[in-house]
Amino acid sequence: MTAAPSTPNTGLFSRTGPPGSRATWLWGVIGILLLLLLWEGYKAIGPEAGVVLGDTRLLPRTSDLAMPHTWDMVTRLFEGETQARNASPLWVTVVSASAFTLGIAAAGWLAGVVVGVGLALVMLRWKIAEWALLPWIVLSQTVPIIAFAPVVRSWGAQLELGPIQWEGWMSVALIASWLAFFPIAVGALKGLQSPETAHVELMHTYSVGWWTTLLRLRLPAAVPYLLAALRLGAANAVIGAVVAEISTGQRGGIGRLLIQFAGQASSDPAKAWGPIFGAVALGLVAAGSVAMLGVILSKYRRTEEK
Amino acid sequence: MSTPHTTSPAREQSPPAGDSAPAVAAAHIEKIFPTSGGEVHALSDISLSVRPGEFVSLIGPSGCGKSTLMRLIADLDQPSSGELQVFGKDARQARRDQDYGIAFQKAGLLPWRTVSDNIGLPLQLHGVSSAQRKARVQGLLEMVSLEDFGDHHPDQLSGGMQQRVAIARSLAEKPRLLLMDEPFGALDEMTRERMQTELLRICTETGASVVFVTHSIPEAVYLSDRVVVMSPRPGRISEVVDMELEDPAARGDDLREDASYFRMITAVREALHGGAPSGRGVETR
Ligand SMILES: Nc1ncnc2c1ncn2[C@@H]1O[C@H](COP(=O)(O)OP(=O)(O)O)[C@@H](O)[C@H]1O
Ligand SMILES: [Mg+2]
Repeated sequence: MTAAPSTPNTGLFSRTGPPGSRATWLWGVIGILLLLLLWEGYKAIGPEAGVVLGDTRLLPRTSDLAMPHTWDMVTRLFEGETQARNASPLWVTVVSASAFTLGIAAAGWLAGVVVGVGLALVMLRWKIAEWALLPWIVLSQTVPIIAFAPVVRSWGAQLELGPIQWEGWMSVALIASWLAFFPIAVGALKGLQSPETAHVELMHTYSVGWWTTLLRLRLPAAVPYLLAALRLGAANAVIGAVVAEISTGQRGGIGRLLIQFAGQASSDPAKAWGPIFGAVALGLVAAGSVAMLGVILSKYRRTEEK
Repeated sequence: MSTPHTTSPAREQSPPAGDSAPAVAAAHIEKIFPTSGGEVHALSDISLSVRPGEFVSLIGPSGCGKSTLMRLIADLDQPSSGELQVFGKDARQARRDQDYGIAFQKAGLLPWRTVSDNIGLPLQLHGVSSAQRKARVQGLLEMVSLEDFGDHHPDQLSGGMQQRVAIARSLAEKPRLLLMDEPFGALDEMTRERMQTELLRICTETGASVVFVTHSIPEAVYLSDRVVVMSPRPGRISEVVDMELEDPAARGDDLREDASYFRMITAVREALHGGAPSGRGVETR
């Protein structure tokens, strides 16, 4: 493999800019405001029955049932989850379900990091392993693992791991890690192979071995690629966890809540939006955590030139 | 065909790494690159000896094999045939023993390391304690006049400063031999002249031998004891020109205006451009 240019051109993973900059926040806020405006604007002026062309509905009905007011969605969060007198506010339910799912996604993500980086190291060390493994790694992502989720769960239930009991959440984490490890393996390999020939040869003139070169050159050089890969991995782990919760019927997480409250939407349309906000927040927290990692490792994101 | 005036190679006289062994002894080196478009004969019958403490420049048109020769000496590549010794050992052993330091056209600094950490990299890799490292790096920073920049990162430095860091790094382990491939190629003329004077001072201080690749005739003349003129296709040594100038240790900016300096420039230019069948006019011995 030829040497990559010194400025990481991470291709697929090219969004390596600092996520905390003021402009980023400003655009985020503007984006949300625009979305609100669009929603409420269409709701105000759109036809009650929505826009229908022939048999196809192009735009939804504007009724409160189909499109609750944004403020209703927000205020609903602070009302009780159920009609019961002692019911906790909806947001508490949403937050605890999100935390549960976040924990599973984090476990899946960590497993994905270990497997992904491990595979990248093996492929870096042995060219032949790269030939042998890379096609399988790519193929692995074509397996519709979500469709197999119930099977994974029932296989897991039959597993005997000594004193450890295979639990439902482990199946969810396994599926999350399946989706997370792929971008991490590919991104880590690309990053580890990113040092210029000149730098690799410099290490050669110092007569140091593979491990020292890895530690002092390849790993630091891989950081920008790794950060982008870890962020993609985190997003995949979250999506994987939520969808796997739904398809394995795992209780306690945001996936379950999404389905459950959507079922109640005909009587309480704003309530269904609670877990949707929760899922969005989940993704933001996951991405934010990786961004924090990027701040800690910021010195490795420098390039030689200005 | 002109007969190459080369120093006789130290083929037989290679004692185990002693002080008397030449820094570089190349005998009848050939280098052929097999490529998809056929073989590239990069070096042909290269014989050259560099004495300890000697400053030798390689000059010649692009593609005449200067960098290839440097890479062979540095054990970044191996000759197809011929014998190459560095301080009486084969190049591989000399690399293992860290007998040389290299500085190439691109500074090649690690962007995530501070200037000090870049200079101290070889020391760190070879297990020098951090206290010793700090002291040595401080000395090197002073040597290249970058005392105030130890905590900066490479992207905060100009090209000339980066190059000085790379040179300091190449000197970190006090190598007996410096391999420099167009180290000043990217610098402006003013910085370049200052760096040349600094390099001479450093070499006098450390007593290191230098093999120096350049495209600039004045640079080669100013720095060298001998200038090796190469010609392409296949890369070979066409002439070796002795610099009949004052001792490099005593050279300063006033040399750049001296008649002897211009005489040597003319001699190298004729050797380079002449390429005349009879190697006219250049006294090389
Ligand atoms: N790795 C390589 N593979 C094939 N050809 C090479 C390689 N390295 C150098 N060459 C060829 O060898 C010749 C000498 O190159 P080089 O040593 O870089 O010349 P110089 O440094 O004098 O400009 C050139 O023709 C170049 O194309
Ligand atoms: Mg060259």
